[in-house]
Amino acid sequence: MSGQALVSASAAVATEAPPARPAPPGIDIVFTVNGKRVEATLDPRATLLDTLRETLDLTGTKKGCDHGQCGACTVHVNGRRVNACLSFAVMHDGDTITTIEGLGTPEHLHPMQAAFVAQDGYQCGYCTPGQIMSAAALLSEPCGPANADVAELMSGNICRCGAYQNIVAAVQSVRQRG
Amino acid sequence: MNFFSFSRAASVADALRDAGAGAKFVAGGTTLVDLMKLDVETPAVVIDINRLPLAEVGPAPEGGLRIGALARNSDVAHHPAVVRDYPVLAEALLSGASAQLRNMATTGGNLVQRTRCVYFRDTASACNKRVPGSGCAAIGGYNRNLAIVGTSEHCIASHPSDQNVALTALEATVQITGARGDRSVPIGEFYLLPGDTPERETVLEPGEMITSVTLPPPAPGARSTYLKLRDRASYEFALASAAVVATVTNGTLERVRIAMGGIGTKPWRNRDAELALEGKRVSAERFAAAAQIILSGVKPQPGNAFKVELGKRCLVHALKLVTAEA
Ligand SMILES: Cc1cc2nc3c(=O)[nH]c(=O)nc-3n(C[C@H](O)[C@H](O)[C@H](O)COP(=O)(O)OP(=O)(O)OC[C@H]3O[C@@H](n4cnc5c(N)ncnc54)[C@H](O)[C@@H]3O)c2cc1C
Ligand code: SF4
Ligand code: FES
Ligand code: FES
Repeated sequence: MSGQALVSASAAVATEAPPARPAPPGIDIVFTVNGKRVEATLDPRATLLDTLRETLDLTGTKKGCDHGQCGACTVHVNGRRVNACLSFAVMHDGDTITTIEGLGTPEHLHPMQAAFVAQDGYQCGYCTPGQIMSAAALLSEPCGPANADVAELMSGNICRCGAYQNIVAAVQSVRQRG
Repeated sequence: MNFFSFSRAASVADALRDAGAGAKFVAGGTTLVDLMKLDVETPAVVIDINRLPLAEVGPAPEGGLRIGALARNSDVAHHPAVVRDYPVLAEALLSGASAQLRNMATTGGNLVQRTRCVYFRDTASACNKRVPGSGCAAIGGYNRNLAIVGTSEHCIASHPSDQNVALTALEATVQITGARGDRSVPIGEFYLLPGDTPERETVLEPGEMITSVTLPPPAPGARSTYLKLRDRASYEFALASAAVVATVTNGTLERVRIAMGGIGTKPWRNRDAELALEGKRVSAERFAAAAQIILSGVKPQPGNAFKVELGKRCLVHALKLVTAEA
């Protein structure tokens, strides 16, 4: 590209207003969240993550990067772990969603929640709901026995406090109990 | 994010009716939703194709394996027929992204995922791929992760996928449907070089849908590997990668297929490099010569010139791994 073309083209870009589009109608959705049937009419732009946090007040699921790069938003959809920040909620009509709030309760912790407590698998705790949702799903996925196998399958959950060793220990303690 | 109207396709016909310029299918969403948040993708219509019956993996009528466009990357990677007959694809898929993303990402979406060029992802930057004619901020800018082969003066974006490198070495075929009917495209003809139209990345026309990918029957006795080199051990795109599928008999290479990732503007295959190995004895010198064929005369940027040597070493090492136990 010549410099000339670059200058004139970017000038054109700068003045071109985005096409005005009317607000689309809300989209109806029925899905199951933590065992409860939820009916809602949603802006199609709302991600599953924002819908859980802002519409359903389930703030246990965290937003780190909002771009699939950290794993803080990990939830289960039909039993499988996914990044809630990268799908639109309206794509989940009929699906069954489980968040950290639905995994266990303070009185009846999921074994993975108990293991994170016992093994000290966190420091600040921000990544922890995502780590635990990820680890709980890992239990039903193909995974080799070694710590390195667990670390590889947990690589989609970043911990800026660096609690990785204790996270692997927590996951292994639950796996070894079978 | 811009407004868009959303529809749930109940059938392929339903999806095609709403499709066309300004519309996008959404499958796993891991590329599209990401880029819509950045206002890089601005479809007026989003068509959810997740309920279409295109997730099956099974024998292809003409032999080999058919992988539905909506088969999730994790399901394909663990499918018994893939693990048994096409392990290079399983390895490539499992080296990509994270377990969560692989549960979402689909075969079709992965085929047309967009580049990770940082300027493409930033609407404040000049980028010919995003805004044709606006320039290329990566040339002379940050380009560590970008391509050294297949580039043009208008765009040096690398093709980011691992899956598609394995599919290229396996000589897969892409099945496409659209308003004008069905067609099958060999993966070697599916991707376009940037040239002076970097906004066009594949032969897909607006409104066309990928329905499946087929793999030819596995070559008897073939061995394979996928080697991926990157800045961290996991959850990172390739700087250089190599998929090698080869048949070795008594120390002689018979059939060799090589595709490379990370270095090219599309999954990179060079038949001359394969021909330099076929019918020859296994030897480190020949491996180096094959790598030289792929990477000689390339035009890197100062920021990614290291990939010339990295790419050579990647391929040589992959060839050593494949021929080691044979
Ligand atoms: C943090 C992160 C890390 C990643 N790391 C890697 C990595 O290491 N290696 C790697 O290979 N990939 C990696 N990826 C990319 C990931 O593999 C792709 O985003 C994914 O494969 C896209 O598939 P999808 O189903 O989610 O596509 P979508 O986002 O749903 O769609 C992507 C595009 O494909 C189109 N499309 C989808 N299905 C069809 C169809 N059937 N026919 C026609 N068009 C269709 C959509 O319209 C859209 O334009 C990473 C992604 C993220 C976010
Ligand atoms: S390399 Fe391609 S994608 Fe990146 S800024 Fe240049 S034109 Fe855009
Ligand atoms: S918030 Fe979803 S991956 Fe970071
Ligand atoms: S415990 Fe602080 S980010 Fe993981």
